[in-house]
Amino acid sequence: MADTKEIKNTLFGPIVANNPITLQVLGVCSALAVTSKLETAVVMSIALTLVAGFSNLFVSMIRNHIPSSVRIIVQMTIIASLVIVVDQVLKAYAYEISKQLSVFVGLIITNCIVMGRTEAYAMKSPPMMSFLDGIGNGLGYSVILLLVGFIRELLGSGSVFGFEVLQLTSNGGWYISNGLLLLPPSAFFIIGLIIWAVRTWRPEQVEPKE
Amino acid sequence: MSNPNDSFSKTMLVVVASCLVCALVVSVAAVSLRPRQLEQRALDKQRNILAAAGIAAPEGRIPEVYHKYIDAKVIDLATGNFVDEVDPNTFDQRKAVKLKEFAQPVPPEVDIAGVRAISRLASVYIAHDDAGAVSTYVIPIHGQGLWSTMYAFLAIQPDGVTAKSVVYYDQGETPGLGGEVVNPLWIAQWDGKKLFNDQGEVALTVLKSTADPSDPNFAYQIDGLAGATLTSKGVHNSFVFWLGEYGFGPFLAKLRQGANNHG
Repeated sequence: MADTKEIKNTLFGPIVANNPITLQVLGVCSALAVTSKLETAVVMSIALTLVAGFSNLFVSMIRNHIPSSVRIIVQMTIIASLVIVVDQVLKAYAYEISKQLSVFVGLIITNCIVMGRTEAYAMKSPPMMSFLDGIGNGLGYSVILLLVGFIRELLGSGSVFGFEVLQLTSNGGWYISNGLLLLPPSAFFIIGLIIWAVRTWRPEQVEPKE
Repeated sequence: MSNPNDSFSKTMLVVVASCLVCALVVSVAAVSLRPRQLEQRALDKQRNILAAAGIAAPEGRIPEVYHKYIDAKVIDLATGNFVDEVDPNTFDQRKAVKLKEFAQPVPPEVDIAGVRAISRLASVYIAHDDAGAVSTYVIPIHGQGLWSTMYAFLAIQPDGVTAKSVVYYDQGETPGLGGEVVNPLWIAQWDGKKLFNDQGEVALTVLKSTADPSDPNFAYQIDGLAGATLTSKGVHNSFVFWLGEYGFGPFLAKLRQGANNHG
Protein backbone atom coordinates (compact mmCIF):
# COMPACT_ATOMS: atom_id res chain seq x y z
CA MET A 1 0.00 0.00 0.00
CA ALA A 2 1.28 3.42 -0.83
CA ASP A 3 2.25 5.70 2.02
CA THR A 4 0.31 8.77 3.05
CA LYS A 5 2.67 11.16 1.33
CA GLU A 6 2.19 9.49 -2.02
CA ILE A 7 -1.58 9.44 -1.55
CA LYS A 8 -1.54 13.13 -0.74
CA ASN A 9 0.60 13.83 -3.78
CA THR A 10 -1.67 11.89 -6.10
CA LEU A 11 -4.82 13.48 -4.75
CA PHE A 12 -3.73 17.09 -4.29
CA GLY A 13 -0.81 17.36 -6.72
CA PRO A 14 -3.05 18.05 -9.71
CA ILE A 15 -4.65 21.04 -7.99
CA VAL A 16 -1.72 23.44 -8.35
CA ALA A 17 1.58 21.68 -8.99
CA ASN A 18 0.34 19.54 -11.87
CA ASN A 19 -2.98 21.12 -12.79
CA PRO A 20 -4.49 19.53 -15.91
CA ILE A 21 -5.71 22.88 -17.24
CA THR A 22 -2.98 25.33 -16.30
CA LEU A 23 0.08 23.10 -16.68
CA GLN A 24 -1.01 20.55 -19.26
CA VAL A 25 -3.59 22.82 -20.93
CA LEU A 26 -6.07 19.98 -21.35
CA GLY A 27 -9.87 20.03 -21.17
CA VAL A 28 -10.07 23.70 -22.14
CA CYS A 29 -12.96 23.16 -24.58
CA SER A 30 -15.55 22.36 -21.94
CA ALA A 31 -14.05 24.97 -19.61
CA LEU A 32 -15.12 27.59 -22.14
CA ALA A 33 -18.62 26.31 -22.63
CA VAL A 34 -20.00 25.74 -19.15
CA THR A 35 -18.46 28.58 -17.15
CA SER A 36 -20.79 31.48 -17.90
CA LYS A 37 -22.60 30.60 -14.67
CA LEU A 38 -21.29 29.02 -11.47
CA GLU A 39 -24.22 26.64 -11.14
CA THR A 40 -23.45 24.81 -14.38
CA ALA A 41 -19.71 24.95 -13.62
CA VAL A 42 -20.29 23.20 -10.28
CA VAL A 43 -22.41 20.42 -11.77
CA MET A 44 -19.96 19.94 -14.62
CA SER A 45 -17.06 19.77 -12.12
CA ILE A 46 -18.79 17.13 -10.02
CA ALA A 47 -19.71 15.12 -13.12
CA LEU A 48 -16.20 15.21 -14.52
CA THR A 49 -14.53 14.43 -11.19
CA LEU A 50 -16.73 11.37 -10.68
CA VAL A 51 -16.23 10.14 -14.23
CA ALA A 52 -12.45 10.65 -14.01
CA GLY A 53 -12.25 8.85 -10.66
CA PHE A 54 -14.39 5.86 -11.55
CA SER A 55 -13.09 5.38 -15.08
CA ASN A 56 -9.56 5.30 -13.65
CA LEU A 57 -10.70 2.80 -11.02
CA PHE A 58 -12.35 0.42 -13.48
CA VAL A 59 -9.63 0.66 -16.10
CA SER A 60 -7.02 -0.03 -13.43
CA MET A 61 -8.97 -3.02 -12.13
CA ILE A 62 -8.81 -4.75 -15.50
CA ARG A 63 -5.52 -3.21 -16.66
CA ASN A 64 -3.67 -6.54 -16.64
CA HIS A 65 -6.22 -8.05 -18.99
CA ILE A 66 -6.54 -5.27 -21.54
CA PRO A 67 -4.82 -6.19 -24.81
CA SER A 68 -2.68 -3.24 -25.88
CA SER A 69 -4.09 -3.32 -29.42
CA VAL A 70 -7.60 -2.39 -28.25
CA ARG A 71 -6.80 -0.54 -25.03
CA ILE A 72 -8.08 2.87 -26.14
CA ILE A 73 -11.38 1.35 -27.28
CA VAL A 74 -11.83 -0.47 -23.98
CA GLN A 75 -11.07 2.72 -22.03
CA MET A 76 -13.51 4.66 -24.19
CA THR A 77 -16.24 2.07 -23.63
CA ILE A 78 -15.85 2.37 -19.88
CA ILE A 79 -15.71 6.18 -19.93
CA ALA A 80 -18.68 6.44 -22.29
CA SER A 81 -20.79 4.14 -20.12
CA LEU A 82 -20.03 6.19 -17.01
CA VAL A 83 -20.85 9.42 -18.81
CA ILE A 84 -24.21 8.05 -19.97
CA VAL A 85 -25.02 7.00 -16.41
CA VAL A 86 -24.13 10.49 -15.13
CA ASP A 87 -26.22 12.09 -17.88
CA GLN A 88 -29.22 9.88 -17.05
CA VAL A 89 -28.95 10.68 -13.34
CA LEU A 90 -28.79 14.42 -14.08
CA LYS A 91 -31.88 14.18 -16.30
CA ALA A 92 -33.75 12.46 -13.50
CA TYR A 93 -32.59 14.53 -10.53
CA ALA A 94 -31.43 17.90 -11.88
CA TYR A 95 -33.61 18.39 -14.94
CA GLU A 96 -33.15 22.18 -15.21
CA ILE A 97 -29.36 21.98 -15.05
CA SER A 98 -29.15 19.05 -17.41
CA LYS A 99 -31.08 21.15 -19.94
CA GLN A 100 -28.48 23.91 -19.62
CA LEU A 101 -25.48 21.59 -19.80
CA SER A 102 -27.06 19.87 -22.83
CA VAL A 103 -24.34 18.28 -24.92
CA PHE A 104 -21.43 19.13 -22.66
CA VAL A 105 -22.06 16.26 -20.26
CA GLY A 106 -21.95 13.89 -23.22
CA LEU A 107 -18.74 15.50 -24.37
CA ILE A 108 -16.97 14.42 -21.15
CA ILE A 109 -16.45 11.20 -23.13
CA THR A 110 -13.90 12.97 -25.29
CA ASN A 111 -12.46 15.09 -22.49
CA CYS A 112 -8.70 14.92 -22.77
CA ILE A 113 -8.24 14.85 -19.00
CA VAL A 114 -10.27 11.67 -18.49
CA MET A 115 -8.74 9.92 -21.49
CA GLY A 116 -5.27 11.12 -20.60
CA ARG A 117 -5.43 9.86 -17.01
CA THR A 118 -6.78 6.41 -17.89
CA GLU A 119 -4.09 5.95 -20.53
CA ALA A 120 -1.16 7.53 -18.68
CA TYR A 121 -1.88 6.52 -15.08
CA ALA A 122 -4.60 3.90 -14.62
CA MET A 123 -3.05 1.47 -17.14
CA LYS A 124 0.07 1.25 -14.92
CA SER A 125 -1.17 1.76 -11.35
CA PRO A 126 -3.21 -0.14 -8.77
CA PRO A 127 -6.95 0.61 -8.47
CA MET A 128 -7.04 2.73 -5.29
CA MET A 129 -4.22 5.02 -6.39
CA SER A 130 -5.80 5.32 -9.84
CA PHE A 131 -9.09 6.28 -8.29
CA LEU A 132 -7.39 8.99 -6.21
CA ASP A 133 -5.49 10.18 -9.27
CA GLY A 134 -8.76 10.54 -11.20
CA ILE A 135 -10.44 12.39 -8.35
CA GLY A 136 -7.36 14.60 -7.93
CA ASN A 137 -7.28 15.56 -11.59
CA GLY A 138 -11.02 16.16 -11.49
CA LEU A 139 -10.46 18.50 -8.55
CA GLY A 140 -7.71 20.32 -10.43
CA TYR A 141 -10.13 20.84 -13.32
CA SER A 142 -12.88 21.87 -10.90
CA VAL A 143 -10.74 24.54 -9.21
CA ILE A 144 -10.07 26.28 -12.52
CA LEU A 145 -13.66 25.85 -13.70
CA LEU A 146 -15.07 27.37 -10.52
CA LEU A 147 -12.59 30.23 -10.62
CA VAL A 148 -13.43 31.04 -14.24
CA GLY A 149 -17.15 30.59 -13.54
CA PHE A 150 -16.95 32.92 -10.53
CA ILE A 151 -15.19 35.67 -12.48
CA ARG A 152 -17.49 35.34 -15.49
CA GLU A 153 -20.73 35.27 -13.54
CA LEU A 154 -19.73 38.06 -11.14
CA LEU A 155 -18.50 40.49 -13.78
CA GLY A 156 -20.75 39.31 -16.62
CA SER A 157 -24.09 38.99 -14.83
CA GLY A 158 -23.34 40.73 -11.53
CA SER A 159 -24.31 37.67 -9.54
CA VAL A 160 -22.84 34.67 -7.74
CA PHE A 161 -24.79 31.39 -7.92
CA GLY A 162 -27.68 33.43 -9.31
CA PHE A 163 -27.80 35.78 -6.29
CA GLU A 164 -27.36 39.41 -7.21
CA VAL A 165 -24.12 40.87 -5.88
CA LEU A 166 -23.51 43.83 -8.18
CA GLN A 167 -26.84 45.39 -9.07
CA LEU A 168 -27.08 45.71 -12.86
CA THR A 169 -28.15 48.89 -14.62
CA SER A 170 -30.84 46.87 -16.42
CA ASN A 171 -32.36 46.13 -13.00
CA GLY A 172 -32.04 49.73 -11.84
CA GLY A 173 -28.60 49.40 -10.23
CA TRP A 174 -25.20 50.90 -10.94
CA TYR A 175 -23.17 48.05 -12.43
CA ILE A 176 -22.83 47.92 -16.22
CA SER A 177 -22.23 44.26 -16.99
CA ASN A 178 -19.34 43.20 -19.18
CA GLY A 179 -21.00 41.40 -22.08
CA LEU A 180 -17.72 39.91 -23.31
CA LEU A 181 -17.48 37.76 -20.19
CA LEU A 182 -20.75 36.05 -21.08
CA LEU A 183 -19.33 34.82 -24.36
CA PRO A 184 -17.19 31.65 -24.47
CA PRO A 185 -14.01 33.32 -25.82
CA SER A 186 -13.65 35.32 -22.60
CA ALA A 187 -12.81 32.08 -20.78
CA PHE A 188 -9.68 31.90 -22.97
CA PHE A 189 -8.49 35.24 -21.61
CA ILE A 190 -9.28 34.28 -18.03
CA ILE A 191 -7.57 30.89 -18.31
CA GLY A 192 -4.60 32.64 -19.94
CA LEU A 193 -4.37 35.08 -17.06
CA ILE A 194 -4.66 32.25 -14.52
CA ILE A 195 -1.84 30.34 -16.25
CA TRP A 196 0.28 33.50 -16.20
CA ALA A 197 -0.41 34.02 -12.49
CA VAL A 198 0.33 30.39 -11.59
CA ARG A 199 3.59 30.37 -13.54
CA THR A 200 4.70 33.63 -11.99
CA TRP A 201 4.07 32.11 -8.57
CA ARG A 202 5.64 28.75 -9.53
CA PRO A 203 8.38 29.58 -12.09
CA GLU A 204 9.35 25.89 -12.35
CA GLN A 205 6.16 25.35 -14.42
CA VAL A 206 7.42 27.57 -17.23
CA GLU A 207 8.48 25.47 -20.20
CA PRO A 208 12.13 25.94 -21.29
CA LYS A 209 12.62 28.03 -24.42
CA GLU A 210 12.99 25.90 -27.52
CA MET B 1 7.93 -10.34 -26.72
CA SER B 2 4.79 -12.37 -26.70
CA ASN B 3 2.05 -11.30 -24.38
CA PRO B 4 -0.87 -13.68 -23.85
CA ASN B 5 -3.10 -10.59 -23.63
CA ASP B 6 -2.51 -9.87 -27.29
CA SER B 7 -3.71 -13.22 -28.59
CA PHE B 8 -6.74 -13.05 -30.85
CA SER B 9 -9.04 -14.98 -28.52
CA LYS B 10 -8.08 -12.94 -25.46
CA THR B 11 -8.64 -9.69 -27.37
CA MET B 12 -12.09 -10.82 -28.49
CA LEU B 13 -12.94 -12.01 -25.00
CA VAL B 14 -11.98 -8.71 -23.35
CA VAL B 15 -13.79 -6.62 -25.97
CA VAL B 16 -16.98 -8.65 -25.82
CA ALA B 17 -16.98 -8.91 -22.03
CA SER B 18 -16.36 -5.20 -21.45
CA CYS B 19 -19.07 -4.30 -23.97
CA LEU B 20 -21.56 -6.63 -22.28
CA VAL B 21 -20.85 -5.29 -18.81
CA CYS B 22 -21.01 -1.67 -19.95
CA ALA B 23 -24.19 -2.28 -21.94
CA LEU B 24 -25.77 -3.84 -18.88
CA VAL B 25 -24.82 -0.91 -16.64
CA VAL B 26 -26.10 1.66 -19.14
CA SER B 27 -29.37 -0.20 -19.72
CA VAL B 28 -30.05 -0.60 -16.02
CA ALA B 29 -29.41 3.10 -15.42
CA ALA B 30 -31.55 4.18 -18.37
CA VAL B 31 -34.47 1.90 -17.59
CA SER B 32 -34.54 2.45 -13.85
CA LEU B 33 -34.30 6.24 -14.13
CA ARG B 34 -36.78 6.52 -16.98
CA PRO B 35 -39.99 6.93 -14.93
CA ARG B 36 -38.42 9.69 -12.86
CA GLN B 37 -37.12 11.48 -15.95
CA LEU B 38 -40.57 11.44 -17.55
CA GLU B 39 -42.06 12.72 -14.33
CA GLN B 40 -39.52 15.55 -14.21
CA ARG B 41 -40.21 16.46 -17.81
CA ALA B 42 -43.96 16.53 -17.26
CA LEU B 43 -43.49 18.55 -14.08
CA ASP B 44 -41.31 21.04 -15.92
CA LYS B 45 -43.96 21.49 -18.59
CA GLN B 46 -46.74 21.97 -16.03
CA ARG B 47 -44.59 24.48 -14.14
CA ASN B 48 -44.04 26.52 -17.30
CA ILE B 49 -47.69 26.46 -18.33
CA LEU B 50 -48.74 27.63 -14.87
CA ALA B 51 -46.08 30.35 -14.97
CA ALA B 52 -47.35 31.55 -18.36
CA ALA B 53 -50.95 31.57 -17.13
CA GLY B 54 -49.82 33.55 -14.09
CA ILE B 55 -51.01 30.96 -11.57
CA ALA B 56 -48.78 30.73 -8.53
CA ALA B 57 -47.98 27.18 -7.45
CA PRO B 58 -45.66 26.11 -4.65
CA GLU B 59 -42.96 23.72 -5.90
CA GLY B 60 -44.36 20.63 -4.19
CA ARG B 61 -47.96 21.10 -5.38
CA ILE B 62 -47.50 21.76 -9.08
CA PRO B 63 -49.42 18.74 -10.46
CA GLU B 64 -52.28 19.37 -8.05
CA VAL B 65 -52.62 23.07 -8.98
CA TYR B 66 -52.15 22.24 -12.65
CA HIS B 67 -55.00 19.72 -12.70
CA LYS B 68 -57.23 22.07 -10.76
CA TYR B 69 -56.92 25.08 -13.06
CA ILE B 70 -55.60 23.92 -16.43
CA ASP B 71 -57.55 22.07 -19.07
CA ALA B 72 -55.48 20.69 -21.96
CA LYS B 73 -57.14 20.60 -25.39
CA VAL B 74 -56.02 19.73 -28.89
CA ILE B 75 -57.02 21.82 -31.89
CA ASP B 76 -56.73 21.42 -35.63
CA LEU B 77 -54.57 24.38 -36.65
CA ALA B 78 -56.12 24.75 -40.10
CA THR B 79 -59.71 25.12 -38.86
CA GLY B 80 -59.08 26.31 -35.31
CA ASN B 81 -61.59 23.76 -34.00
CA PHE B 82 -61.14 21.46 -31.05
CA VAL B 83 -60.67 17.83 -32.04
CA ASP B 84 -60.84 14.65 -30.02
CA GLU B 85 -58.93 12.24 -32.22
CA VAL B 86 -56.05 12.26 -29.71
CA ASP B 87 -55.90 12.42 -25.92
CA PRO B 88 -54.85 16.00 -25.06
CA ASN B 89 -53.09 14.87 -21.89
CA THR B 90 -50.73 12.54 -23.69
CA PHE B 91 -50.47 14.40 -27.01
CA ASP B 92 -46.90 15.57 -27.53
CA GLN B 93 -46.75 18.27 -30.16
CA ARG B 94 -42.97 18.21 -30.37
CA LYS B 95 -43.01 14.48 -31.14
CA ALA B 96 -46.04 14.74 -33.44
CA VAL B 97 -44.01 16.84 -35.90
CA LYS B 98 -42.02 13.69 -36.66
CA LEU B 99 -45.05 11.41 -37.11
CA LYS B 100 -46.44 10.88 -40.58
CA GLU B 101 -50.09 11.28 -39.65
CA PHE B 102 -49.54 14.70 -38.06
CA ALA B 103 -46.56 16.23 -39.83
CA GLN B 104 -47.11 18.98 -42.29
CA PRO B 105 -44.26 20.68 -44.16
CA VAL B 106 -44.23 24.46 -44.11
CA PRO B 107 -43.48 26.09 -47.48
CA PRO B 108 -40.14 27.93 -47.27
CA GLU B 109 -41.64 31.28 -48.32
CA VAL B 110 -43.91 31.40 -45.25
CA ASP B 111 -41.47 29.67 -42.91
CA ILE B 112 -40.03 32.83 -41.37
CA ALA B 113 -39.56 31.16 -37.98
CA GLY B 114 -37.43 28.36 -39.43
CA VAL B 115 -39.70 25.56 -38.18
CA ARG B 116 -39.59 23.55 -41.48
CA ALA B 117 -42.52 21.34 -40.49
CA ILE B 118 -45.32 21.61 -37.98
CA SER B 119 -47.86 19.24 -36.54
CA ARG B 120 -51.33 19.86 -37.97
CA LEU B 121 -52.74 19.34 -34.49
CA ALA B 122 -51.63 21.59 -31.66
CA SER B 123 -52.05 21.74 -27.91
CA VAL B 124 -53.91 24.58 -26.25
CA TYR B 125 -53.98 24.92 -22.47
CA ILE B 126 -57.02 26.65 -21.06
CA ALA B 127 -56.72 28.15 -17.60
CA HIS B 128 -59.83 28.65 -15.50
CA ASP B 129 -60.31 30.84 -12.47
CA ASP B 130 -61.89 29.57 -9.25
CA ALA B 131 -65.39 30.24 -10.60
CA GLY B 132 -64.68 28.07 -13.65
CA ALA B 133 -64.57 30.91 -16.19
CA VAL B 134 -61.79 30.88 -18.77
CA SER B 135 -59.03 33.25 -17.66
CA THR B 136 -56.22 32.51 -20.11
CA TYR B 137 -55.37 30.54 -23.24
CA VAL B 138 -51.80 29.24 -23.29
CA ILE B 139 -50.37 28.24 -26.67
CA PRO B 140 -47.00 26.66 -27.43
CA ILE B 141 -44.80 28.39 -30.02
CA HIS B 142 -41.26 27.97 -31.22
CA GLY B 143 -38.81 29.36 -33.74
CA GLN B 144 -35.17 29.80 -34.57
CA GLY B 145 -33.16 32.30 -32.55
CA LEU B 146 -29.49 32.98 -33.12
CA TRP B 147 -28.09 29.64 -31.93
CA SER B 148 -31.04 27.50 -31.04
CA THR B 149 -34.69 26.73 -31.51
CA MET B 150 -36.48 28.68 -28.80
CA TYR B 151 -39.60 27.13 -27.28
CA ALA B 152 -42.12 29.25 -25.42
CA PHE B 153 -45.60 29.32 -24.00
CA LEU B 154 -47.63 32.40 -24.88
CA ALA B 155 -50.51 33.31 -22.58
CA ILE B 156 -53.39 35.20 -24.19
CA GLN B 157 -56.46 36.81 -22.63
CA PRO B 158 -59.83 35.18 -23.49
CA ASP B 159 -60.45 38.00 -26.01
CA GLY B 160 -57.84 36.37 -28.31
CA VAL B 161 -56.05 39.68 -28.82
CA THR B 162 -54.28 40.71 -25.64
CA ALA B 163 -51.07 39.04 -24.51
CA LYS B 164 -50.57 38.22 -20.86
CA SER B 165 -47.15 36.69 -20.63
CA VAL B 166 -44.48 34.73 -22.45
CA VAL B 167 -42.41 31.97 -20.91
CA TYR B 168 -39.36 30.80 -22.84
CA TYR B 169 -38.70 27.39 -21.35
CA ASP B 170 -36.20 25.86 -23.73
CA GLN B 171 -33.59 27.96 -25.55
CA GLY B 172 -29.85 28.06 -25.99
CA GLU B 173 -29.28 31.74 -26.71
CA THR B 174 -26.24 33.63 -25.41
CA PRO B 175 -26.59 34.01 -21.64
CA GLY B 176 -26.92 37.67 -20.70
CA LEU B 177 -27.77 38.78 -24.25
CA GLY B 178 -30.32 36.69 -26.17
CA GLY B 179 -30.74 34.52 -23.08
CA GLU B 180 -32.44 37.55 -21.49
CA VAL B 181 -35.71 36.33 -23.04
CA VAL B 182 -36.21 34.80 -19.58
CA ASN B 183 -35.58 38.12 -17.74
CA PRO B 184 -38.70 38.94 -15.68
CA LEU B 185 -38.38 42.64 -16.56
CA TRP B 186 -38.50 41.89 -20.27
CA ILE B 187 -41.37 39.45 -19.81
CA ALA B 188 -43.37 41.96 -17.76
CA GLN B 189 -43.83 44.31 -20.73
CA TRP B 190 -45.83 41.65 -22.63
CA ASP B 191 -48.74 42.00 -20.25
CA GLY B 192 -51.47 43.96 -22.04
CA LYS B 193 -49.79 44.15 -25.45
CA LYS B 194 -52.11 43.66 -28.43
CA LEU B 195 -51.17 40.83 -30.77
CA PHE B 196 -53.60 41.80 -33.54
CA ASN B 197 -54.77 45.14 -34.92
CA ASP B 198 -58.45 46.05 -35.44
CA GLN B 199 -58.43 44.40 -38.88
CA GLY B 200 -57.35 41.13 -37.29
CA GLU B 201 -53.86 41.20 -38.81
CA VAL B 202 -50.83 40.21 -36.75
CA ALA B 203 -49.51 43.53 -35.50
CA LEU B 204 -47.12 42.60 -32.72
CA THR B 205 -43.59 43.83 -33.40
CA VAL B 206 -40.37 43.16 -31.53
CA LEU B 207 -38.35 46.32 -32.09
CA LYS B 208 -34.61 46.69 -32.48
CA SER B 209 -34.64 49.35 -29.81
CA THR B 210 -36.83 50.39 -26.89
CA ALA B 211 -40.55 50.97 -27.41
CA ASP B 212 -41.67 54.58 -27.02
CA PRO B 213 -44.92 55.02 -25.02
CA SER B 214 -45.90 58.06 -27.13
CA ASP B 215 -45.81 56.02 -30.36
CA PRO B 216 -49.35 55.31 -31.66
CA ASN B 217 -48.31 51.68 -32.19
CA PHE B 218 -46.94 51.32 -28.65
CA ALA B 219 -49.64 48.79 -27.75
CA TYR B 220 -48.17 46.42 -30.37
CA GLN B 221 -44.49 46.96 -29.58
CA ILE B 222 -42.04 44.98 -27.52
CA ASP B 223 -38.52 46.21 -26.66
CA GLY B 224 -35.73 44.42 -28.47
CA LEU B 225 -33.15 42.66 -26.33
CA ALA B 226 -30.04 44.80 -25.97
CA GLY B 227 -27.11 43.24 -27.79
CA ALA B 228 -29.24 40.47 -29.26
CA THR B 229 -30.61 41.71 -32.57
CA LEU B 230 -30.85 38.25 -34.10
CA THR B 231 -32.55 36.68 -31.07
CA SER B 232 -35.06 39.56 -31.03
CA LYS B 233 -35.71 39.01 -34.71
CA GLY B 234 -36.19 35.29 -34.01
CA VAL B 235 -38.71 36.09 -31.29
CA HIS B 236 -40.54 38.44 -33.65
CA ASN B 237 -40.63 35.88 -36.46
CA SER B 238 -41.82 33.07 -34.15
CA PHE B 239 -44.75 35.23 -33.08
CA VAL B 240 -45.68 36.36 -36.57
CA PHE B 241 -45.59 32.77 -37.79
CA TRP B 242 -47.52 31.17 -34.94
CA LEU B 243 -50.15 33.90 -34.79
CA GLY B 244 -50.57 33.69 -38.57
CA GLU B 245 -52.69 31.42 -40.72
CA TYR B 246 -50.33 28.44 -40.53
CA GLY B 247 -50.24 28.69 -36.76
CA PHE B 248 -52.94 29.61 -34.27
CA GLY B 249 -54.42 32.36 -36.48
CA PRO B 250 -57.72 30.54 -37.26
CA PHE B 251 -58.16 29.48 -33.63
CA LEU B 252 -57.55 32.99 -32.29
CA ALA B 253 -59.81 34.49 -34.97
CA LYS B 254 -62.62 32.31 -33.61
CA LEU B 255 -61.86 33.49 -30.09
CA ARG B 256 -62.10 37.08 -31.23
CA GLN B 257 -65.48 36.38 -32.81
CA GLY B 258 -66.64 34.96 -29.52
CA ALA B 259 -67.17 31.44 -30.82
CA ASN B 260 -65.51 28.42 -29.32
CA ASN B 261 -65.59 29.97 -25.89
CA HIS B 262 -65.47 27.12 -23.48
CA GLY B 263 -64.42 24.38 -25.84
